[in-house]
Amino acid sequence: MKVSKQWLNDYVAVDDLDAAALANKIELSTVEIDDVTRLEEGQKKIVVGHVNSLVPHPNSDHLKVCQVEVGADEPYQIVCGAPNIQSGQNVIVALPSSWIAGHNKIKKSKMRGEVSMGMICSLQEIGFSDSVVPKKYADGIYVLPADAVPGESIFPYLGMDEDILDVDITPNRADLLSMRGVAHEIAALYNRKVTLPQPELVEASETQISDYLAAKAPKDLAPTYLMRIIKDVTVADSPLWLQKRLWNAGVRPVNNVVDVTNYILMDYGQPLHSFDYDKLATKEIVVRLANEGEELTTLDGEKRVLSASDIVITNGEKPVALAGTMGGANTQIDDASQTVALEAAVFDGHRIRKTARKEKLHSEASTRFERGINVATVRAALDDAAQMIANLGGGQVVSGVAGQELADQSAKEVEVSLDKINHVLGTSLQATEVSQIFTQLGFTATEEAGKFTVQVPVRRWDIDIDADLIEEVARLYGYDKLPATLPAGQATPGQYTAKQKAIRDTRKLLESAGLDQAISYSLTTPQKAQRFAMEPAAQTDLDFPMSSDHTTLRMNLLSGLLDDLSYNSARKVSDVALYEQGRVFFRDEDNDRPREVEHVAGALTGLFHEVTWHDGKRPVDFYLTKGIVTFLLSSLGITTGLRFEATAKHEEMHPGRTADIYLNDELLGFIGEIHPSLAKEYKLKRTYVFELDLSKVIAAPKNEVVYQEISKYPTITRDIALAVPAEITNQQILNSVWANSGKHLVDVRLFDYYQGEHLAQGFKSLAYTLVYQDKDATLKDDEVTAEFEKVVTALQTELEVTVR
Amino acid sequence: MNLKDRLEELKQNSLAEIKAASDTNKVNDIRVHVLGKKGPITEVLRGMRDLPAEERPKVGSFANKVRDELTEAIANRRDELEIAKTAAKLEKEKIDVSLPGVPVKQGQPHVLSQVLDQIEKLFLGMGYQVVDGPEVEEEHYNFEMLNLPKDHPARDMQDTFYITNSILMRTQTSPVQARTMEKHDFSKGPLKMISPGKVYRRDTDDATHSHQFHQVEGLVIDKHISMADLKGTLQQLVKTLFGEEREIRMRPSYFPFTEPSAEVDVSCFKCGGKGCAVCKYTGWIETLGAGMVHPNVLKMAGIDPEVYGGFAFGLGPDRFAMLQYGVNDIREFYLNDVRFLEQFSQKG
Ligand SMILES: [Zn+2]
Repeated sequence: MKVSKQWLNDYVAVDDLDAAALANKIELSTVEIDDVTRLEEGQKKIVVGHVNSLVPHPNSDHLKVCQVEVGADEPYQIVCGAPNIQSGQNVIVALPSSWIAGHNKIKKSKMRGEVSMGMICSLQEIGFSDSVVPKKYADGIYVLPADAVPGESIFPYLGMDEDILDVDITPNRADLLSMRGVAHEIAALYNRKVTLPQPELVEASETQISDYLAAKAPKDLAPTYLMRIIKDVTVADSPLWLQKRLWNAGVRPVNNVVDVTNYILMDYGQPLHSFDYDKLATKEIVVRLANEGEELTTLDGEKRVLSASDIVITNGEKPVALAGTMGGANTQIDDASQTVALEAAVFDGHRIRKTARKEKLHSEASTRFERGINVATVRAALDDAAQMIANLGGGQVVSGVAGQELADQSAKEVEVSLDKINHVLGTSLQATEVSQIFTQLGFTATEEAGKFTVQVPVRRWDIDIDADLIEEVARLYGYDKLPATLPAGQATPGQYTAKQKAIRDTRKLLESAGLDQAISYSLTTPQKAQRFAMEPAAQTDLDFPMSSDHTTLRMNLLSGLLDDLSYNSARKVSDVALYEQGRVFFRDEDNDRPREVEHVAGALTGLFHEVTWHDGKRPVDFYLTKGIVTFLLSSLGITTGLRFEATAKHEEMHPGRTADIYLNDELLGFIGEIHPSLAKEYKLKRTYVFELDLSKVIAAPKNEVVYQEISKYPTITRDIALAVPAEITNQQILNSVWANSGKHLVDVRLFDYYQGEHLAQGFKSLAYTLVYQDKDATLKDDEVTAEFEKVVTALQTELEVTVR
Repeated sequence: MNLKDRLEELKQNSLAEIKAASDTNKVNDIRVHVLGKKGPITEVLRGMRDLPAEERPKVGSFANKVRDELTEAIANRRDELEIAKTAAKLEKEKIDVSLPGVPVKQGQPHVLSQVLDQIEKLFLGMGYQVVDGPEVEEEHYNFEMLNLPKDHPARDMQDTFYITNSILMRTQTSPVQARTMEKHDFSKGPLKMISPGKVYRRDTDDATHSHQFHQVEGLVIDKHISMADLKGTLQQLVKTLFGEEREIRMRPSYFPFTEPSAEVDVSCFKCGGKGCAVCKYTGWIETLGAGMVHPNVLKMAGIDPEVYGGFAFGLGPDRFAMLQYGVNDIREFYLNDVRFLEQFSQKG
């Protein structure tokens, strides 16, 4: 809502207040102010000019050379290219060395050989927004009324010297969507008096409204529905004072009928609609719900197919307007209209909102119906508008009003106690202070034994309960004056739950392992959502997505991480190690809501370490990634029962380089290299990933820490190097070793792995250290030898390996 | 030459030899030669039996003295040589300490996690619990329970991603509060909680809008909670996040679930309040929304608003991080360019 300080001053004295100070006061006590502007700012030396004469420019087919009276001794010669310039017009002249909008300086110049002493301006050139410039001046210069005095500054003339406050109104304060509402508010803030002009209506007694029409509206659709007739109207331009008010309020002047409805809308916050009475074709107005499929062409030319929830205004037969949103084209006021049927109503806000949303017809009017209007001033607004139209259009207001005013206009009684106010605000206000605040607000309040009974006028329909009154007291008292304390009362422990702690530990562990935390989008494409499935589930789709990239809830974290890697790689960052911890969404077919499961995933590509002077480079690979996963899980208490099982069943993964991760028989997740075709899709080099169901990890039984005394007896080791057929795995060897070892084997360590030269085709070499210890005695060498021999023999017979 | 003179000569010669010895082996040779069983001192002592009885003790003690002196000289020389040897060895082991250290690979927490951690730590310290809730919510908890009935104009403030008519992506983390209020047993004490997490709005992504962002909402419900308590709590929060010297300013605002409601500004941490581009020359930066819990919200959760009351507040870690670090494109948080992520090395 754009509020002109000058207009406001008609209702409450603000002349003595600086615009910035006024804005600050409103911000600290009521609502935000987006901007304080003055259209003249940054412009100077722009005056009224009178075009004495003009001739075509000798060297141009569209320019004209004008002699313009600008209040100087001699007329100025100004070259002008506007198509609508004519001799005898009063125009806007930017004099030589003037400044116009957009920091443009105008100089005396020569245009194709002719001297030009400045410039004749359009409204846009002096800073007016396209949206408020009257249509007929949209593509040319603006023509001022005949009484404009050449040489006078244009700024007061066009209202450009007014301070305009752009007030950002919260949904509850729709009362501020009117100058009168703003005036009440300012009066309350400054404890000043409001003076609102009341309409002085003169009705033409020889004609009655009933001669023209009757209006009928069900109370639930339109509790108040009123209509007046103004006859013998001549549609014309509005006077400049009215145009000024409108464009300073951000509204484009159209003609004296439309302008009056817009003016009253801004003044009272009351939407009005004007019909061309002669086009209504019947003598009745009936408000009803539309029939499903009924059609109406609105005045923007759109043919609208209505639904049964829309309120329509009909002439008793067919719709002539869509209530509260837009009139019909067939009853529109035009230049030839003579009899105006003017509607002022209160429509059901919910229905208006629904229609406005459905038809995308949000307007100043629909916004007010949605958020509420002052039901006490519907009639006043109607009378005021009718009289203004009559005055400006040379017509007469027909006697009487059609329709009914059933909306409840009585004040609302709300109670609040002084104790409650002080209890909620933490203040120690006195009853007199509170009473004073209610008085400033224009509320009638009585106090008895600390209890206030407040009569809230209907213009403040946002106030219903004591909490609303407490807010009024708080904001007029000043939020800045409230004390600052901390909640007293019973102490409560503040700590993470075990699950929250485990999630935060997981993040820290992966960071200490060298992975950066990523946070990706939860909404992705159906294809990416479905990838890397860890359990069968249905996808969850948005009903009405905003972009095709974000339509479906992710069912894995890896797709997001691969997007991240791809984004990095496209920016020439090829060494990336990221992890993400977050939720994935698995939906069961018969459920609308998905299960939200905490996962953790990692993705690594390129080098884990650059080459340094000290160490060689370290490209990421399966085993590095496996080391990270093992570190994570063991740090979270999972060691025994952990198993990596080769799998080729993940279609997104390299079939020879992927393992499912099990804890006993429970699948925790998987690890491996992404499939080369997927890597290609993401334009990535070899990329290693893992994804774990973190909630399963958290729920898993943890290895208890059991203290064991360190044995004081020495260990004995035996090394063995084996030539092993390629398909035999490390795990198989370990299984065999442990299965066949005696009671003294305490550890087996792989210390060498080799494939290539010096080995028979299809073989690899693995070398292990076996560690033996007796924790109660010194081991004898021959005991170890016996146990070791047994292991070696078993390996050779069970696994066809040879000792090298 | 009498025995004593012989011993004196022997001592002088040996001391010279010891001094000249250039390594420990030589020193050892001297020791064996001079002090050994077949050495000159032993020999001299053996010759004592030819002396008159009264001279024997004198010569004997002199001989012992010579032996002790030589023994000590030998030990000293050996120590000297050992020290020199070690020094020479260490000299050879000298390295260039200006070569760079071996890098420690350490990942970074996301900057939004850092902001969230800071907030969580503060409130845990003040006795709040951290409560998580579903990101896919029922309309009932996301709106109705928060005093936002269907067709409420304020629903326009939050464009929502719906999944079905009644299931949606939560637009705020306050539904977690509604769920927690419903379950809380006030006989066990007040409810003090924060709910951090991801929220979603039906927005087109650009530099200042993201369809996904984060929120932390706080709630305290007890018998005697005032707006002054809210102010004090938010002052703490702002000082923790933006520095001890920051002040807050509260202005009236509107949220359906609070009444009175407040917008909370913090004095600009870039210019200290003088006015700059960050604060749009106002000296203040809008940081969070807050208010006293609306009686309808309490009632819907089954709490008697005549007995209990409380405050609620909500803030956006994304916005905080943008302000704090001058990040001017919110999308950076979700694109995960490692050059972006690794700039925010964690403090504390
Ligand atoms: Zn600043």
